[in-house]
This record gives sequence, structure tokens and C-alpha cells, in this order.
Amino acid sequence: MSKNPPNYISTTNACKLCTPLGACLAFKGIEGAVPYLHGSQGCATYMRRYIISHYNEPIDIASSSLSEKNAIYGGGPNLKMGLVNVTQKYQPKLIGIATTCLTETIGDDVGRYLHEFHRETVGTMPIMVRVSTPSYNGTHMEGFHAAVTAVVEQLAEGGEAVQGKINLLPGFISPADKRYVSDILDDFGLDATILPDISDTMDGPATSKYDKIQPGGTPLASIATMGRASATIEFGRTLHGKTAGALLEQKHGVKRISLGVPIGIEESDLFFASLSMLSGRPIPEKHVQERGRLVDSYIDCHKYIFGKKAIVYGEEDLVVALTAFLAEIGVVPVLCASGGKSGKLAAAIKDTTGDILAEQPLVFEGMDFFDISEMAESLAPDLLIGHSKGYPLSRKLEIPLIRVGFPIHDRMGGQRILHLGYRGTQALFDQVVNATLARKQSDSSVGYSYM
Amino acid sequence: MEALLEDRQEQVHRTGEQPFTLVCNKDSLAGAVSQRACVFCGSRVVLYPIADALHLVHGPIGCAVYTWDIRGALSSGPELHRLSFSTDLQERDVIFGGEEKLYRALIELIDRHSPKGAFVYSTCIVGIIGDDLEAVCRRVEAEKGIPVIPVQSEGFKGNKRAGYTAACNAMARIIGTGDTAGISPYSINILGDFNLAGEIWMIREYFERMGVQVVANITGDGRIADLARAHGAALNVVQCSGSTMDLAKIMEERYRVPSIRVSYFGIEDMAQSLYDVAEHFGDPEMLEKTRKLVKEELARVVPQLQKYREALAGKKAAIYVGGSFKAFSLVNAFRLLDMQVVMVGSQTGTEQEYRELAEITDPGTIIVDDANPLELTSFLEEKEVDILVGGVKERPIAYKLGVGFCDHNHERKEALAGFQGMLNFAEEVYSSVMSPVWRFAMRTKDKDLVTETSKTIVKG
Ligand code: SF4
Ligand code: SF4
Repeated sequence: MSKNPPNYISTTNACKLCTPLGACLAFKGIEGAVPYLHGSQGCATYMRRYIISHYNEPIDIASSSLSEKNAIYGGGPNLKMGLVNVTQKYQPKLIGIATTCLTETIGDDVGRYLHEFHRETVGTMPIMVRVSTPSYNGTHMEGFHAAVTAVVEQLAEGGEAVQGKINLLPGFISPADKRYVSDILDDFGLDATILPDISDTMDGPATSKYDKIQPGGTPLASIATMGRASATIEFGRTLHGKTAGALLEQKHGVKRISLGVPIGIEESDLFFASLSMLSGRPIPEKHVQERGRLVDSYIDCHKYIFGKKAIVYGEEDLVVALTAFLAEIGVVPVLCASGGKSGKLAAAIKDTTGDILAEQPLVFEGMDFFDISEMAESLAPDLLIGHSKGYPLSRKLEIPLIRVGFPIHDRMGGQRILHLGYRGTQALFDQVVNATLARKQSDSSVGYSYM
Repeated sequence: MEALLEDRQEQVHRTGEQPFTLVCNKDSLAGAVSQRACVFCGSRVVLYPIADALHLVHGPIGCAVYTWDIRGALSSGPELHRLSFSTDLQERDVIFGGEEKLYRALIELIDRHSPKGAFVYSTCIVGIIGDDLEAVCRRVEAEKGIPVIPVQSEGFKGNKRAGYTAACNAMARIIGTGDTAGISPYSINILGDFNLAGEIWMIREYFERMGVQVVANITGDGRIADLARAHGAALNVVQCSGSTMDLAKIMEERYRVPSIRVSYFGIEDMAQSLYDVAEHFGDPEMLEKTRKLVKEELARVVPQLQKYREALAGKKAAIYVGGSFKAFSLVNAFRLLDMQVVMVGSQTGTEQEYRELAEITDPGTIIVDDANPLELTSFLEEKEVDILVGGVKERPIAYKLGVGFCDHNHERKEALAGFQGMLNFAEEVYSSVMSPVWRFAMRTKDKDLVTETSKTIVKG
């Protein structure tokens, strides 16, 4: 077996998405916001279709719809006209402008265009936040975080700290996760700004009407107060340099607490402990109980899964968290792969699993599904854990796929998958165990109905 | 009704309310959320089903990854088309040019998969950085001995239509290179069917029952070798004018292959298509076989449609599809179900097509080009529509409004063409319109929940 990552020129079945898609999703989690792509029409339409297939919710992403001519002479006029049209039609509170490969390549200076635009327009225009997101540099996660940083940079104000107020920068989590995390924060009596928040905008109720802009998202008023919070909790162990959390710390002196994505008991404990310290309250009994039941189930089921081998793939921070979770339940992660290239993946996995795993898994960045598939052959995994795009591999290897994260395109309810905290871990754990049992049952020639 | 953006007014028409005028093939308005895609998307749709070709997208990752295995185009053999190949251009490539990377990627992938040919798609930024695709393709073609064809599909060069043209030009380079020996005088190419959910297999079977030889599927379940000898066919049978009509024109000019336009959607159009082909060949025996075939199929399908017709009569339908040609068949198909079409629109129809649509639809029907979500919403509400036919991007709009939905796009996994397809279509419409779930969508407010029944139960 090769211990080295394959090093191909071409990419087959990428394990990443493009940068502006992440930015659009982040902008979608802000009150009254419309995401806007400065580029050609195709990119926006493709991203909408991709996002819709996961959330089963409408998402309007406006575009400058640049034609070849515009691209040659510069996209300024189209950008300005587009902003006017979006404003007129949607009356947004905020327009989140992300660039694309095209406008980055032609060197459009969006900052300057916006400056001119503000000078040229009379009357009130929405807030404009811009972020530079060429896809030839990074993945959708870099786009996501860059958009969050841009929002904070532009909208968070400083001032005297408000006691009991914190910020939570959870990264790209599911609507279900967000709702659960909000409940947890409430239980601690913490007043938190969670940025972004797509729990209503991308998982809304049936209302028999079409909202131009869905209600929900992080309120602008609360984003403004982020510089006055007493602390920021930021999820993600592979984040780079100028994160929104780092910015709040440098610019406004808000203490940054950097945690992993809380999946599994170890990582969740850190999260709950942090909340306890920040709120000055003990961990509420109901969560202690929930943790207790989780441990109880770990014990009940440990034998069924012990020593099973798993391949984990997807966004880097999610991979780190899932790997830590698998390690703590006795499953052996054999390959951890991501299309991202933070340069921090292996170290983050070692940090979180070093005391449990006798041997570190193979960890590779910049992977695509061809690479993963090729390595998988000799690793003989028992299960896969990641998003829908690993399905062809799970089919080929005839092993179960535990669907997590984004995109979920071959099952319903991707937006309702709970991953975080004790409750999310319980849900994932039951899935892992039951997938293993189901396999054992269907592979058996006897077919017991009592396992 | 939702006010239209001023610049959009000339792209909407109401049948019978004013003399027909509609402006189309216009660039989408900046800032209006168009449902349209790009040139690349158009090319990709047309060429995608060619299953033994390598489809390499030269550009940054997004363009390739968003088109990975999303279409329901089936293959009876190789499945190379279902993989998403990209050069995944990085900053360095954008600065210094991506030709070398493209060359090496092509060599690597051809060695790995031994495809029968390769299509190399250009994307927006390739158009800007100025890579010479033509030269790289020529070089690889010489080295590897298979056709390596550049597709001029830079996204910003227009809309999907331009992409269809680029795809046709690419295929035209392969056509004419193969041996045409042994092709029957009663032979056709099937153009413009993409074998979604196995549709082309059904269509082929009809033609074979008529005694017609199918030379090339263009492009559903397509093969490079079939394309190469497609010029030997006696007739091009073209569905969906938008996507492959250009190729039929080229073949008419270069190889004198005549063409007819057909549609396989709805039983009338399906039967008419078969008759048109039989009449073209003018063979009495074939005509007889066709009659028999149609009779058999109708005898099987029509009685089964009855149940759907009874349930669906009078319900209102709206159509919003990619190309307007399909819209004609859908209007007929809904008529057959006794349903009323109240809105028809498409992303890329031509003025002529919209004019004809205006002629065949009832007064008051809304005809729209390149609609955006807000417009669609206002039309669905205004007309109190029961079901919308469209693609994935339209689905959540319908559902949010409590309106049924039928997927009639390239992503669908149900066969809707042919005689059987009409039945499947009726079933699809029926299963959405008749579902009991809509009753809950109407009661969403607290005040709706405390009903007379609940009051009686609680108060006794
Ligand atoms: S051009 Fe860039 S932004 Fe547009 S889809 Fe492709 S990768 Fe994404
Ligand atoms: S970059 Fe161009 S080719 Fe690619 S999806 Fe966007 S518009 Fe289409």
C-alpha cells in the first residue's frame, strides 16, 4: 500500500466546492440579506441548483450577468446596474457581494466600484458587504469564512463590553444544529450572537407564500454589538489567520476561544465547559443527563463497532471533528481526506486523537474522489462517513455511507441532520452502530431478527 | 401582481390581450435572478450523454463539480460521462496560463480511461487568460490517435443556446470521419434525445419495430464511433429544436442529410413523429407497421389514462422549461388530461416559438421568456395554479406556494417520452396534484388550527 498521497494533474470528482458558494451561504444567514455574485450568470444558477438540492428551499442569488463584452471592458456598469435592480426588487437590508473567478481574473476593483456607486446614488441603499472569492484559491469553506469575516469587519462596532453577551461563530453547520445550539446557549442564560444563522432562511416552514427574502438570519443589530461581547467562541481547528474571531479580538479586544467543531464527547465537553465558564453557571442538568445517556449508549454498543475501519472525507474542520468522534468510540479512522488545503489537517487530527489512537490515520489534503477511491481499495474500510458525493464509492465497496454535512443530494432532510453536541453525537452514533448491525444482519445467511 | 422590473416587461405576453410582441434571446438583466445558466451549461447538456468520451472541463473547480452526475442520461455500456473531470485551475495557472496543465491532464486521463474521444470544455476564465485550446487538443490528438475536440463554451459568450451551437460545432468535427458501409436506406439518426431514464431506448425500439435502422443516438447513450458515421444515415430526426438543430443544419449542408422536427412528449406528438418518419421514407410496408405500432401502444396506454383524466380535469397547470419547443408538447399533453394551461415560459425560446405558443394557448395565458423567481411566484399566485412543470430551481418556488410540481428537466429520473412516458407523466402530475399534503399547507396559522372539530372535542 502506498503511504503517499497520489499526485495527479487532473481532478476527478472533486471533494470540494467553489469559493463563492460558501460566501453565498454565509450571506444567506444574515437578516434581510441577498447574496450577489459579481460574475457571469452561469455560476449563480449552478450554485442555486446545487444548494436547492440539499435544502429543498428557494435561494435567490443575484448576478451581474456579465457578458464577454462586459468582461473585456470591466464589470463596473453591470455591477452597479445589478445592485440597483436587486435593491428595487428585493428591498434587502444587506447585499453580500462575492466575486467569482471571472471578475477576479479580469481584475475588477469591486471596492472602487462600490465607492463610486455610493457617490453616484441618491437615497438610501442597503448595506453592501463585499468579499473576494476567486475559486482558483481555496474551497467553499474559505469563501464561507471570508464572508463571515467581511461582515464582522464592516458591521461590528466597538464599545464598552456587555456582560453575559458572547459571540458564536459556528462555521457551516446545519439548520438543525443551529437550533439546538441556540437552545443550549439559552439554557446557560447566555445572550449570544450566532453568525451566520441559516436555520430559518434555509429551513423555513410552509407558509403558502414566497418570501422575497426569507425571515430569519443573524439580526444586523446584534452583529453591530459583536465588538462589545465578552468573548467569541469560534469553531474550527484548521482555520487560517484572519478569522472573524481573530479580527474581533484584535480590533475590539473580544477574547477569542477557539474550539473544534463539537462532535463527540471530548469536543462537546470542551464546548459545554466553555459555556459554563463564560456564563458562570454549572452545566444544566438536562445536558448532563443527555451526556450520561450518550455514554451509556457508547457502553451498550461498543463491541459492535470496535475496530471497524472508516474513511472520513469532506470539509476539513468537519473531518477533524468526525475523526475525533470515531476514535473515541473505538472505530479506527484509516483515511481522512479533504479537498481543502489548509496545511493543518494532519496536525489537528493528531491533536484531537493522539491520546486514543495507537496509530495516526492517513491524512491527506487536496484530495478528490478518484484519489480516495484508489487508496480505499487497499484499506478495506467498513464504512464511509461524509456527504452524498461519496455514494459511488460506498456502492463500489459495498459498505455503508453515513451521510453528514453538505451536500446531501440523495436523501431528504440534509438540513435537519443533527451533528453537534451530545444530542447530535447521539444521533450520529446510533447511525454508525445501526449501519454496522444492518450490514451484519443482511450479510448473515441466518438473518436473525434479534441481534 | 408583483410589478415587473421595467426592463423585463417586453419579455412577458398575455395571449389575446394585445398583439403579439415578445423580446427574447436577450442577455439576462443584471441583478434579476435569472433561472438561466450559461454557454458551458448548454454544451454540457448536449454532449454529456456521450458515454465513451472523456469530458474534461478546463477551468476552476466549480464549473465541473456542479455538473457532476446530475443528469439522468443513461448508458447501456461505458459510463465515463458520469465522472467529473477538471483541470481545477489554480492561481498560478491563471497567471502563467493553463495550457501545460491541460495537456498533462489530458494525457493522464486518456492513458487512465482509454476513451474513444475527448471533449475539452472552455470556461469563462479560460476565455480571458487566452489558453489556446485548439493547439493543445491538436497536439494530444496527434499523440493519442483519438479525436480531441475543443468546445468553445466560455460561459459569458451568451446563454444556453450559444452552448448548444458550440456543442453542435464540436460534434460536427467528428461526423464524417467514419465508415458508412452497410447502412440501410431506411436509416436515421436520433437527434436531441438524451436518454433520460432510458427514453431513447424506448424510441429506438419504436423505430426498429417500424423497420428503421438507427445509426447514431445524438446524444443519449451516444458513442463516438456512431457519431463518426452518422452522415451515412438517410434522415435526421430532430427533437427539441434548440439543442441539436444546428447540427442537423450542418449535416444538411455538408452531407445532404435531410431532417425533420419531432417531439416524443405526449401520445399525439409521439405518434405523429413516427408517422412523419414513415411518410418520409414512403414505404407502404413501413407505414403499415407504424399504424400497427401506434394502434397497439394506444390500446395499451389510453385506457389507463382515463383514471388520471377524470381526477385532473379542470386543474390548472403552468409550464416553465429550458427550451420552448418542449412547451408545445406539454401544452398538448395537459390538454389530453383535460387540464388547463395558464402559463407557459422558457429560459431560451425564440420569438417564433413564443408566437406559435400564443396561437395555440387559451386567451389570458401568460407567455414569458427568461422569468425570475419573483415573476414566477406572482404568475403562480395570480392564476391559482395546481401544478408547475419545471426543473429543480423552480421546485421550491412551487412548493413554498403550496403548488404541486413535476420535474421535466435533465435531472429527472422518470421517463416522460414515448407512449409509456405519457402515462408516467400523467402519474407524476396525479401524484403531486392529488396528494393529501396540500391541505396542511393551507392551514399554517395558529388561528387555522383551532377548528370547530377541536372545539367540540375540548368543550364537549
Ligand atoms: S467560475 Fe469560479 S465561481 Fe464560477 S462556478 Fe466556476 S469555480 Fe465557481
Ligand atoms: S464560470 Fe462561466 S462557464 Fe463556468 S459556470 Fe460560470 S458562467 Fe458558466
